[in-house]
Amino acid sequence: MALLGRICLLLALAVCAYGIGASIYGVRTGRWEWAVSGRRSVYALAGILTVGFVILEVAFLRDDFAFNAVADTSSRTTPTFYKAAAVWSSQEGSLLLWAWLMSLWSSLALFLTRRRIRDVAAYATAIMLGFGGFFISLMVFYAQPFATTSPTPSEGVGLDPLLRFPTMMIHPPMLYSGYTLCTIPLAFGMGALLARRVDAEWIRVIRRFAFGAWFFLGIGILLGARWSYSELGWGGYWGWDAVENAALLPWLTGTAFLHSLMIQEKRGMLKVWNVSLVLATGTLAIMGTFLVRSGVLNSIHAFGGQTLGVPFVVLIAVLIAGSIYLVITRREMLHTEHRIDSLLSREAAFLANNLVLVALVFVILWGTYFPLISEALTGQEASVGPPWFDRYTVPLALILVLLSGIGPVIAWRRATLANARRNFLVPIGLALATLVVLLAAGVPVKPFALAMFCCAAFVFGSISQEFFRGMRARSAMAGEAPPTALVALVRRNRRRYGGYIVHIGIAVLFVGVAASTSFQHESELGLSPGQSSRVGAYTIKYVRSTASVTPDYDSSSTQGGRELSAIIRAEPGVTLGPDTARTGATLSLGAVLDVSKHGRHVTTLYPSEGFYASEEPTQGSVGHLIGGQPVSHVAIDAGVTRDVWTAIAPNIETPQLKRIVTLGNRTLPYAHPGEGMVAIAALAAAYMKSPPQAQFHLIASPLVMWIWIGGLIVVGGALIAIWPAPSVVRHRVRARSRARAEQGLASA
Amino acid sequence: MNPARKRTVRLVVALSVAVVLASALIYTSFSAASPALTPSQLVHEAQPGRSYELTGTVLAHSVSRDGDVLNFSVADRATGATGAAVPVAYTGTVPDPFKEGREVIVTVEKQGGEYVGERNSLITKCPSKYKETPASEKQSS
Amino acid sequence: MEILIAILALVLLVVVVLVISAPLRAAWGSQDDVVVGRAALGEARGEPLKERADPDRARAGPAGRWGGSVSDQREPAEERAELEAEREAKYREIRDTELDYRTGKLSQEDFAATDGALRAEAVAILDRLAAVERDEDAPTELEDGPRPRGA
Repeated sequence: MALLGRICLLLALAVCAYGIGASIYGVRTGRWEWAVSGRRSVYALAGILTVGFVILEVAFLRDDFAFNAVADTSSRTTPTFYKAAAVWSSQEGSLLLWAWLMSLWSSLALFLTRRRIRDVAAYATAIMLGFGGFFISLMVFYAQPFATTSPTPSEGVGLDPLLRFPTMMIHPPMLYSGYTLCTIPLAFGMGALLARRVDAEWIRVIRRFAFGAWFFLGIGILLGARWSYSELGWGGYWGWDAVENAALLPWLTGTAFLHSLMIQEKRGMLKVWNVSLVLATGTLAIMGTFLVRSGVLNSIHAFGGQTLGVPFVVLIAVLIAGSIYLVITRREMLHTEHRIDSLLSREAAFLANNLVLVALVFVILWGTYFPLISEALTGQEASVGPPWFDRYTVPLALILVLLSGIGPVIAWRRATLANARRNFLVPIGLALATLVVLLAAGVPVKPFALAMFCCAAFVFGSISQEFFRGMRARSAMAGEAPPTALVALVRRNRRRYGGYIVHIGIAVLFVGVAASTSFQHESELGLSPGQSSRVGAYTIKYVRSTASVTPDYDSSSTQGGRELSAIIRAEPGVTLGPDTARTGATLSLGAVLDVSKHGRHVTTLYPSEGFYASEEPTQGSVGHLIGGQPVSHVAIDAGVTRDVWTAIAPNIETPQLKRIVTLGNRTLPYAHPGEGMVAIAALAAAYMKSPPQAQFHLIASPLVMWIWIGGLIVVGGALIAIWPAPSVVRHRVRARSRARAEQGLASA
Repeated sequence: MNPARKRTVRLVVALSVAVVLASALIYTSFSAASPALTPSQLVHEAQPGRSYELTGTVLAHSVSRDGDVLNFSVADRATGATGAAVPVAYTGTVPDPFKEGREVIVTVEKQGGEYVGERNSLITKCPSKYKETPASEKQSS
Repeated sequence: MEILIAILALVLLVVVVLVISAPLRAAWGSQDDVVVGRAALGEARGEPLKERADPDRARAGPAGRWGGSVSDQREPAEERAELEAEREAKYREIRDTELDYRTGKLSQEDFAATDGALRAEAVAILDRLAAVERDEDAPTELEDGPRPRGA
C-alpha cells in the first residue's frame, strides 16, 4: 500500500505540472477549455491526495509499522483517537495534511468561481498548483510519508505524551486550515495582478476566502493560547514564541486587508495597500509554515531536518520578489480616483489601522527572526525576549483597540467639530468615567492596564451607540418596535453589525489580557504537606500528596494482571487508576491543594505530574516505565473574576525513591513490564508514606476567563458577519421559480 | 497649501516617523538581545553584568536541588563531558522535559564566579526522538 | 497484493485522465459539429434552454461554452447570476450609505450625492438584468414546433 501512496504522490506531481501549463496556456490563448482542464486538475489533485491521506490514515489505524511515519509516532497501545491524529504529528504526515487541505480549499475556491473572473481564476489555478507542486516535491524528495523499512518493526515508538490531549490534536488541523486558506487569496491576488483586473467582482470573490483564512487562523491561535494555558506547565497563554508569532503575523495582515478592502469598495482607494496586504498574508503564511518545520530558529521547537530549510527559503524569496515585481509593474492599474481629504475621517482611520497593524507585523517579524538577522549582521546569534516584544506591542495594541472604537463612528470624508462632538461624546465620556471609577476603587495604578480598560470602555461606548442609533433609525424608517428593529437591523446588515460584535470581542479579550498580566500574583516555591503559601488574596495549602498507578494494559484481563492489581491496591494511599484521562501515564504523583480566601474555603485542586514509559532499555526495567517525558497536569479553578492556577513538580529523584528504581532494575527483567509495575507501586507507596518537598507553581490571575469569552464573541460576530443574508436566499428562490415558469412556457 | 502639497507633506512626515520608530526598534533590539553562546564560548567571553543565552546539553549527574535553586551544569552538545561545562544556579519554572542529557536554553548572567540563571528563562528542547512534532511544547515564560 | 495495487493505481490514473481531459474532449468533439445549418442552430438554441433551466449544472456543451475569450458573450445563466450578485451588492451599499447617514457618519450633501449615484448604478444593473432575462425569454417565443424539452 505504501507503493500506492508513492504512486499517488508522483501522479499528483504530474497533475500539478500539467495543470499549471494548461491554465496558463488557456488564459493566454483564450482557449478556455484548457483553463477548465487546469481547474479540473485541481479537483483531480484533491482526489489523489485524498487517496494518499486515506492510505496513511489506514496505515496508522492498522498499526502498519512498515510505514516509518507510523513506527515513529504511534504504537499498539496508543488510543485510537490519538492514532488517527498521530498522522500529522510527524514532519512527513503534516506535509501531506498541508498539501491535502490546500488542494481541498483550492478546489472549493475554484468551484465557487467557475463562472466568474475566469482570467483571474486561471492564473490563480496555476499559482495554487505551484504551491501544491512545491509541497508534493518536498514529500517526494525530502520527507517521504510513504517511506517504509523492512523488516517491519513489531512496535512503534508511540505518541509524544505532550500531544495526548484532544485540543492538542485538533490544533494542528485547525491551524493548517488557516495557513492553507491564506494561500487562496494570495493566488487570486497574484492572478488579479497578472490578469490586470482588480475590480468589484474580484473584491467580492477574494473577500470570502480572505475571511475564511482569517477566521480559521484566528481560531487556531485562540486554541493554541488556550492549550498553552490549561495544559502546559508554565501558566501563560502567550510567550512570544516563534511558532506563536508565525501564526499571528498573517492574521494581522489579514485583519488589515479585510478592513482596508471596505475603503476600496466604497471609495476606490487603498488599492496598492490591498494587493500588497493580500500578497503579504500569503507570504507570511508560507513563512510561518517554514518556520515551524525547519528548525532554523533556536526556539523551543527543533523540528525536522535542516534540509527543508533551503527549498522554503527559495519559495519565500520567489514570492516576495514576484509580489514586488507585480505591484510595481501594475501600479497604473492600481491608481486611485480619490484621495484622503482630511486626517479626521473614516478613510484616514482605516489607513491608520493599516499602519498600526503593519507596524505590529514589523515588530513581531523583527523580533522573531532576530537570531537570524543578528547572526547575518554581526556574526553573533542573539535573541530578544518577551519584555522586548511587550515594550512595543503593548502601545500598538492600545492604539489598535482605540481605533476599533473610532472607526465605526467617525464620519466619511471630513469629520467636522459638531459631527465629532455628536459621535464621540458618549464613548469618551464612558472611557473617562471608567478611569475615575477604577481609580476611586483603589485599583493599583498600572498605566498600560488602566489605559487598556479605558480604551475598551471607549469601544463599548461607540459600538453601543452604533447599535442604538441604527435601531432608532430603522425603527423610524420601518415603523417597527425597537426590539424588532434591532433584530431586523442586524439581519439586514450582517457584515456591519457582525463586525461591530467582533470589535467588542477584541476589546473584551484585551481587557482580560491586560488584567491577567498586570494584576497577577504568582508564587513559585517548594512545599511539604501541611505547608501553605499566600498568592494574592488566596491561601493555598498543600494538604496531602496523591499517587496513582495505571498499568499500561488492561489489568483485569489476565491472571497476572489481576494479581498485580491486587498487590498495587494493597499499598496504602496508592490508587490503581483506570486510565480515565487516556493519557497512558504509568505513574501520577500529585497533591491535594486547599484554596481559601479570608479563611473561607474556596475550592480544592488536584494538580499532578504524569510519568510515562519510554522505549529506552538503558534506563532499566523499572526506570524505563517512568523514564519518558513527564507531563504536568495543571489544576485550574476558573472563575468569572479570577483564575487560580496550580501546577506541581514532585521530586521523584530522592535517594530513597532512586534506590527503589535501582533495585528494581537489578532484579526485574525488562521483558516483563508487568513485574516492573510492582516496583512502581512500591515507589508510589514510598512516596505517599513520606512525601518529599514538591515544587509548586501557583498563580492567581484576574479576568483570565474574559480572554476566552472575548474570543467566543469574536467568533460569534464573525459568523454573523459571514452568514448569507436572507434577501439573497429569497431572490435565488425566485429565480428558480422563474426558471420553472419558463419551462412551463416552453412546454405550452 | 494646496491639497497635493499637503499630501506630500503628510507622506514625508509619516515616512520620517516610521523611519525614526524603526530605527529605535532596531537599535534597542541589538542592545536588549542576549547573544546565544555555547558553554565553551561562554567560558571565554562572558563579561560580568551582561546576560547571555546559554545553549547546550545538561551534563549527567550534575543536577541537584537546593531549596528553590536548581543547580545543573551545561556542556557543549558536541564535546559533552570532555569539554567545558558551565554550572548554573537557576530559580523559576522548570519545564517538564528537563533532565540530564536534554538540550536546554537558559539565560544566564555572570555574577562573580558563578553563573546565575535568569528567573523563568529555562527552555528545554523537545528530545530528538519526537523531533517531528509540529506544534508541541511551549515551555518558557 | 501487488496486483491489487497495480489495478488501483491504474484505475486512479484513468479516472484522473478522464476528469482532466473532459473539457478538452468536449471542445474537440464539438468542433466537428460547428456547421452552419438550421438544424445545428436549432440544436444550439435548444441546448442552452436546457442549460438555463438548471443553470447550476456544468455540462459539456457546444463550443460556445468554453471557447472564445473573456470578452465574448457569456452564457445568459452565468450573466444573470453575476448581475444578481452585483444587484445584491449594490442594494447593500445603498442600505449601508443610508445607515451611515442616519448614524451621523455622512453629511447631508455627501449622502444625497452618493445615494443618487448608487441608485443610478442600481437602475443600470436592473436594466441589464432585464435585458438578459428578455434574451432568455426570446428563444422561447421564437420556437414553434417540436423541440427538445427541458430536463
